[in-house]
Amino acid sequence: MQKIIAWIDDRFPLTKVWNEHLAQYYAPKNFNFWYYFGSLALLVLVNQIVTGIFLTMNYKPDAALAFGSVQYIMYDVSWGWLIRYMHSVGASMFFIIIYLHMFRGLIYGSHKQPRELIWIFGTLIFVALMAEAFMGYLLPWGNMSYWGAQVIISLFTAIPVIGNGLAQWVRGDYVVSDATLNRFFAFHVIALPLVLVALVFVHLVALHKVGSNNPDGVEIKKKKDEKGIPLDGIPFHPYYTVKDIVGVTVFLMVFAAVIFFAPTLGGKFLEHDNFIPANILSTPLDIVPLWYFTPFYSMLRASTTDFTHGMLAIFTMLVAMLAFFTQRGFRAKFLSVAIAGVLLLGMYTLEAKLWGVILMGSSIVLIFFLPWLDRSPVKSIRYRGPLFKGAVIIFVLSFILLGYLGTKSPAAVDLFWFKNVLWAQGFTLLYLAFFVLMPWYTMIDKTKPVPERVTLK
Amino acid sequence: MNDDGVDRGKRRFLTALTAGVGTVGIVFAATPFVLSMTPSARARAAGAPVDVDISKLELGQMLVVAWRGKPVYIVNRTKAMLAQLPNNTPLLLDPYSKVKSQQPPYAENIYRSRKPEILVTLGVCTHLGCAPSKVFTVGAVSGLGADWPGGFFCHCHGSKYDLSGRVFKNVPAPMNLDVPPYIYLTDTLIRVGSDKKEGAA
Repeated sequence: MQKIIAWIDDRFPLTKVWNEHLAQYYAPKNFNFWYYFGSLALLVLVNQIVTGIFLTMNYKPDAALAFGSVQYIMYDVSWGWLIRYMHSVGASMFFIIIYLHMFRGLIYGSHKQPRELIWIFGTLIFVALMAEAFMGYLLPWGNMSYWGAQVIISLFTAIPVIGNGLAQWVRGDYVVSDATLNRFFAFHVIALPLVLVALVFVHLVALHKVGSNNPDGVEIKKKKDEKGIPLDGIPFHPYYTVKDIVGVTVFLMVFAAVIFFAPTLGGKFLEHDNFIPANILSTPLDIVPLWYFTPFYSMLRASTTDFTHGMLAIFTMLVAMLAFFTQRGFRAKFLSVAIAGVLLLGMYTLEAKLWGVILMGSSIVLIFFLPWLDRSPVKSIRYRGPLFKGAVIIFVLSFILLGYLGTKSPAAVDLFWFKNVLWAQGFTLLYLAFFVLMPWYTMIDKTKPVPERVTLK
Repeated sequence: MNDDGVDRGKRRFLTALTAGVGTVGIVFAATPFVLSMTPSARARAAGAPVDVDISKLELGQMLVVAWRGKPVYIVNRTKAMLAQLPNNTPLLLDPYSKVKSQQPPYAENIYRSRKPEILVTLGVCTHLGCAPSKVFTVGAVSGLGADWPGGFFCHCHGSKYDLSGRVFKNVPAPMNLDVPPYIYLTDTLIRVGSDKKEGAA
């Protein structure tokens, strides 16, 4: 055995890679519950790829055959139903895990210096995952698949001048059709999975370069023993591989329970309208995307003419005030005035439809800038003050309630007093304020002293 | 190799030149791939006109046919429906159909049709492309408020159109419904997708 490994090591850095990334990769010893979701995300990625390969063996990317081929998988292919449900439930699980993983990063300051690139690669993974899920949802060619794609691709038409041509280029036709289905299949099964795997790779390379953060936000590399090993670090293998096996076991129980007892989760993981073949003459009464897109869909629907004008007016005023009060030089002042001018011009020339798309886009773009919006001197929420804690609570509630409202009709009253659209507008403002106001509230927030070493509480 | 006597300016120039020519090459090589995603010749050739027999379309009823993969609504409007149309004017964004792209010249009137009674329009919401539902009942029973004059309602994002397919103010949709080119071959036979009587259907 020793000889074989030596033979390989002369030709390929096997032992080196094993040590650097597992046996001698020192992770902080105080990881808690929230640190399960990174390894679980990897597990679900593998699940999606493996089940996806087997689904491709029987699926037909053809508008005339697609719906039937999915039913064929469900009824005639041996164990096809299980593989298909593992894939469809896996998609929802992927988003649950990713949202919790991102929340972990947010509260423990894992986006802060020196981990900005890990955060950016991670956000790119999130964006690629959304594209992957959206394209995958067209493939069963159900009525919700069809009309959902119709609505989302039509968003491009909101862009002035090139919008219509761009939407046609994406569809490959004047409406969502066989050409669209065929190319979405190509993107879903080969292009985006390659991008995802590549991004996960660089996400991990960047992580292993700087080392993992921890619930205390203490840099363990600052205190090392005489051998250069962090005092608060333990080797990833076997300590965290064993810990992660516990997480995997619990996750698989939940995963299996959903697959076997509630694979559609009452229309939440697979919508009822998608069990009807695509019908170009009849839109489902309520077009609702799957639950993981509903927070962003809510923001899109919240953008009525009055709302976008009101918001732009406030934003323009804020930027103008910034120009007046800033202590920076002439260039910063000029830039602020220029931005205010462009916004004012856009407010009068662009229609609400486009502002809705811009709003939804910025809600995701803002996530990329988190490392620079957060000006707090400490990383972890454990040592931050009440302003940041309050902001996180409001942000999480807004996100969840936007998601809930996204599944309901805008004109109905599902919370209390006001119509859903009004609530959605309020929560959209809070969501955006969390990011836009972050430089100020994190700067003036009180912080507690951060300990020298990690704590185990 | 020794770096002494290297002409750095020349090296920089040649590197920039190579990168520049390479970029041009990549743009040329990418062009066929990008263009391969535009609608194919077959997709462009599709969209032959369809002939629709409306002899069985009763007063106040709607017929839905497919043309170019899109739903086309054909409505036989009653006298009461037509009488209501001029009253809608203050509620509408473009009551006189001034936006040229949304209808052929012969539909630039408040009925948005060749013959006042028969409306022919695409059932494609100008917001994000859903198919609006017909809500022809007037008033509160429609569920759209006591002042609802009858028309089309898009469930996706709440856009409203009147019975000429004209869009209401302060809804997400920015324009009136699209009226396709069409012509009466006989009194009860409409050709949708073409203004001309000749040519194969």
